[in-house]
Amino acid sequence: MIFEQILFFGAGLGAIAGALGVVLLRNPFYSVLALVTHLVALAVLFLLLQAAFIAAAQVVVYAGAVMVLYVFVVAYVGGSDEPLRPIEGGAVAAFGPLFALAVFVEISIAVLGSSLDALGSRGAEVSAGFGSPAEIGRLLLTKFLLPFEAASFLLLIAAVGAVVLARKRKGLEESSAQDAREPGVHGGAPRVDEPRPDAHGTPRVGKPRPEPSG
Amino acid sequence: MDTSWFVVLSAFIFCIGAAGVMTRRSPLVVLLCLELMLNAGNLALIAFSRMLGNQDGQVFALIVMVVAACEVVIGLGIIVAMFRRRLPIDVDEMSELRG
Repeated sequence: MIFEQILFFGAGLGAIAGALGVVLLRNPFYSVLALVTHLVALAVLFLLLQAAFIAAAQVVVYAGAVMVLYVFVVAYVGGSDEPLRPIEGGAVAAFGPLFALAVFVEISIAVLGSSLDALGSRGAEVSAGFGSPAEIGRLLLTKFLLPFEAASFLLLIAAVGAVVLARKRKGLEESSAQDAREPGVHGGAPRVDEPRPDAHGTPRVGKPRPEPSG
Repeated sequence: MDTSWFVVLSAFIFCIGAAGVMTRRSPLVVLLCLELMLNAGNLALIAFSRMLGNQDGQVFALIVMVVAACEVVIGLGIIVAMFRRRLPIDVDEMSELRG
């Protein structure tokens, strides 16, 4: 019992530290690494909750696959340090944490003040196979067959959408070739000041142009 | 451990993620904070699934992970497309959908 508590507080503190690291670190690359820490700590919490399959999927799918995708994109876009928010944005910047604190207090009051008696207990008695891959797989192929198939279609559509979004377009090949020649020049924030022709041959500027009236 | 511990921890992580979505400017980090919020939801789902002794919540968490993976793929594709078109990688300046 004491071992369970040590595991919960260790993993919980790890999860909170990882989450704070994601939000507070200036470099996006370090943010991604903090999120990996957070996900592994969450997997330990899932194991404590008798969800063995979800914990394994969390480590393999999230910490393994999705985070590698993030690391690649951060390396491609250039993980430059984010500039600090200007002074006039101070009120807006203070609004976010205040709002988050209000939501936390609200959820805590709602959870701890609810009349759910089982919240204060360790939960129902479960069988030995609770949350095992066999049980989850049986549920996915019997009771939740339709959501399972819908999820597979969703993944297919997302893969096709990503290819369509990230493919090279005709009007951009010249600028991409220039990227390959001088990779260091555009490493940080991309230049926005020079107009470039897009796919339709119209000049492109970084800032949105005012629309012609009428 | 009581279920309420897990639920309060999940609420805390969700609020950290919400604060990050509202304060950070890089769309990459905003996507990371969205992941935080989705994972907090997953933790609450699995905690309640354990409390009720019912595995449906775990299947729901699995589907949430699938949706999160799709969202990441599309979001990162949009960021790469923004970078290719030399648009600023900043959510404050990217306030319209027209490239």
